[in-house]
Amino acid sequence: MKTDQLINLLSTNLEPVKRGETKKMLTWTILAGGLAAVCLMLATVGLRPGGGWFLSGYLLLKLLFMLILIGAGAALLAKLVSPGQDGRKLYTVILLAFLAIGSAGVCALVLGPPAARDQMMMGSQWATCALCIPLFAIVPFSALIWALRRGAPTNLRRTGAVAGLVAGALGAVAYAFHCPDDSLPFIALWYGGMVALCALLGAMIGPRLLRW
Amino acid sequence: MNVSTSEPELRALMISGLDGDAAAHRTLLENLSSRLRGYFTGQLNRIGRGPVEAEDLVQEALMAIHTRRHTYDPAQLFTPWVYAIARYKFVDYLRREKASMRDLPIEDTKEITTSDNSGQVESSLDLKRLMAGLAPKVRQAIQAVKLDGLSVSEAAAQCGMSESNVKVTVHRGLKAMARLIRENRS
Repeated sequence: MKTDQLINLLSTNLEPVKRGETKKMLTWTILAGGLAAVCLMLATVGLRPGGGWFLSGYLLLKLLFMLILIGAGAALLAKLVSPGQDGRKLYTVILLAFLAIGSAGVCALVLGPPAARDQMMMGSQWATCALCIPLFAIVPFSALIWALRRGAPTNLRRTGAVAGLVAGALGAVAYAFHCPDDSLPFIALWYGGMVALCALLGAMIGPRLLRW
Repeated sequence: MNVSTSEPELRALMISGLDGDAAAHRTLLENLSSRLRGYFTGQLNRIGRGPVEAEDLVQEALMAIHTRRHTYDPAQLFTPWVYAIARYKFVDYLRREKASMRDLPIEDTKEITTSDNSGQVESSLDLKRLMAGLAPKVRQAIQAVKLDGLSVSEAAAQCGMSESNVKVTVHRGLKAMARLIRENRS
């Protein structure tokens, strides 16, 4: 085939393109993925028993940490699906969020009573946390991959990593409504750690899923 | 591809094309095809591949540029967008070819500004074969709208579909063709 033939084909009866569809789709995908994660949480481990906990600062802190990651991650994904753009400042935001919670966790450990250190780090349900966050992230991750494939990601590993990060953070938001463990070291270690793990997994399988 | 050469003109053509201006889109694709040919020929020369492979890549990149043009943000520069797609397609080609990627300075492309205007080389792709790879309904819609140049309403009457259905089918069909073009290489 001559290239002129292809150009003819592509420019005959050209349809106009709607603007801003990609961003809209990413936003809806994240909202729907988050909702799916919350439903899965309700159907499996359920809400944290007892009242009053949802007013606690720890729930707010968990949600704030995750919402920063989701916000920065979503903005990054919008750039990553558009060839030739990068979002360096957004990586800094993500890094700072991890650093902040990490150093808060270390401070709490150092300042707290030595006898309570194990309890602060492991809480009562560290294994449930470690299992649930990636599990709740599966649906949001699949949805994000589907949406990203409609864009044109050119750095597949990085796109996969950020998709994993956002999906992990959505999973962590859902888990936060069950989580009975309120301590800074716990949040840093298990929330931070599992979301980072999701990002790593995303980076590993992203290239295979996103190729176009 | 040189970022500064004709960024404003190319960008204006792209934006008109996004708004549905077919003539601008055609001019843009013609202009880009000679730039892409220069880029891919230069890259492929280094690994001992000829003009037919270069033309395959030119067509694959044009197809990608067309079917993914919604990802271009008009507030941004246009040339980096095209360059990122061309580079992505080249890296993807290398990965599939399993050529020794490590020896290739793929970043070092600024010196290639030659535009090869020949356009006489045929790619290894065959339009008939590509069309044959599509589902019958899709093939019919692409044939009517894109090859025979019928208007959407004429095509709708001919294919027995609604007009919006024709548009969606053509859109999906082009994406399917882009996939077939990419798979043709492996």
